[in-house]
Amino acid sequence: MTGAIQQLGIDTLNSLARLGRRAQFLLQTLSGIGSLLWRPGLVVAQLESVGVRSLVIIVVSGLFVGMVLGLQGYNTLVDFGAEESLGVVVALSLVRELGPVVAALLFAGRAGSALAAEIGLMKATEQLDGMAMMAVDPVKRVIAPRFLAAFIAMPLLAAVFSAVGVLGGYVVGVEWLGVDGGAYWSQMQGKVDLYEDVYNGVIKSIVFGFAIAWLATFEGYDAQPTAEGVAKATTRTVVQSALVVLMLDFILTALMFGEI
Amino acid sequence: MTSTDDNLIEIRELRFAHGPRVIFDGIDLSVPRGKVTAIMGPSGTGKTTLLRLIGGQIAPDAGAIKVDGLDVTGLDNKGLYALRRRIGMLFQGGALLTDLNVYENVAFPLREHTDLNESLIRALVLIKLQSVGLRGAQMLMPSELSGGMARRVALARAIALDPMMVMYDEPFAGQDPISMGVLVKLIRELNDALGLTSIIVSHDVAEALAIADYVYMISNGRVVQGGPANELADSSSEWVRQFMGGLSDGPVPFHYPARDYAEELLER
Ligand SMILES: Nc1ncnc2c1ncn2[C@@H]1O[C@H](COP(=O)(O)OP(=O)(O)OP(=O)(O)O)[C@@H](O)[C@H]1O
Ligand SMILES: [Mg+2]
Repeated sequence: MTGAIQQLGIDTLNSLARLGRRAQFLLQTLSGIGSLLWRPGLVVAQLESVGVRSLVIIVVSGLFVGMVLGLQGYNTLVDFGAEESLGVVVALSLVRELGPVVAALLFAGRAGSALAAEIGLMKATEQLDGMAMMAVDPVKRVIAPRFLAAFIAMPLLAAVFSAVGVLGGYVVGVEWLGVDGGAYWSQMQGKVDLYEDVYNGVIKSIVFGFAIAWLATFEGYDAQPTAEGVAKATTRTVVQSALVVLMLDFILTALMFGEI
Repeated sequence: MTSTDDNLIEIRELRFAHGPRVIFDGIDLSVPRGKVTAIMGPSGTGKTTLLRLIGGQIAPDAGAIKVDGLDVTGLDNKGLYALRRRIGMLFQGGALLTDLNVYENVAFPLREHTDLNESLIRALVLIKLQSVGLRGAQMLMPSELSGGMARRVALARAIALDPMMVMYDEPFAGQDPISMGVLVKLIRELNDALGLTSIIVSHDVAEALAIADYVYMISNGRVVQGGPANELADSSSEWVRQFMGGLSDGPVPFHYPARDYAEELLER
């Protein structure tokens, strides 16, 4: 019994210490971002490995999610004779919710885990120490560009996801099930509000991008410098990102759309 | 070896522990300017740890570490980085950047710290690679190098910025007799021609005694013996004999600290 209580105390202290390290790490990283202005090449290279390589999975998933929305939406709407509104249903679902959330979950799995593993491995093989001994700050040189790239890539990928999803809904609804194409687009244009829907969705994806960038780079940087430590960091990145994204999504949704 | 000015590094009363395990228990050590100093000791005594302490990567529990008159433990980040620019370090594992090829690895410190144009960088990189015999390997990635080659690339990188001091962690490990001979000569020549100060960590008694001006032997958290290499080489010191003869019994313990062998075997 005392052992369990003792363990609880140790765990609490450990997680508090982690929290402190996390905050300190974020401050260091953010202050390192300024120096990237003079070296945009570093960020561009990371945008490629973080963003471009996530593009395939985002496009494919977006297409399928959009197609499923098209099917499900049609089946529900057709009972009310409202299948003309399919475009609105698909677009709102994607732009408000599924675009940012699903893209974030995929992004955490594809790019976040890769970031954590890469940084953790650089730590385990003394590359970060080696850099520091060459008087190159690894937070500025390695972490900051990756953080910034992930932060920038996430909203763009969420936008791609939503756009492809809308096309997927179009394929299923209009091409296969015979909904009027003109109605699909015009209802969507009429009912989807730029501020209320699109901007709020973009804000969500920006927040998620920040959270994933922070979690992934921190887990890699804070990993135990061993094979096991890197594996743990990778897993933790994906699990924590998923939980944080879903939790943040609820909070943001409540703030944005709650009072209606 | 007494006046501060003659010593690039002065370590006094250094204490350091990893949790309960005491690594250094009050070490005094001086590294004279312009000389090659070898630090020797059995595996796990803390030789790598000592280099990390000198480079300011970890902080001691007590004691003073002065490099070129600067107290490493008291330096802020900026001061530490300024000092490190003048120090080259060869890591035991090489610590090459895995996403850059050999050429870019050696060019890395030049690109980070100088505004030299590409043709100058190229010339410098090729000179350094030529001196470690790996100019032909410039396009290989670190994953395509053997351990010994990686260490030589790391050496080329360590001297890229012409530092005032180079710390070599096991430069000879994994080298065949030919590259070993070349490396010994190279380290000596670099030291004398460029007026560097060199610290070499090694297990290799014969090589270390051949190349070094001064030798420190560390064991059990203390300096067991230290002095000019030529004196130690023909001293009748017990540890020299133990190391030369590869004996497990002697002043230097072979075993990691443990409790009584018989007691543990007979337990239960
Ligand atoms: N992170 C750590 N936590 C706890 N103990 C550690 C840690 N790192 C090293 N040690 C211990 O510190 C001691 C010294 O390690 P160090 O790497 O400095 O040895 P070394 O003299 O360089 O050995 P080798 O010749 O094998 O490279 C070892 O006994 C090791 O067990
Ligand atoms: Mg070592």
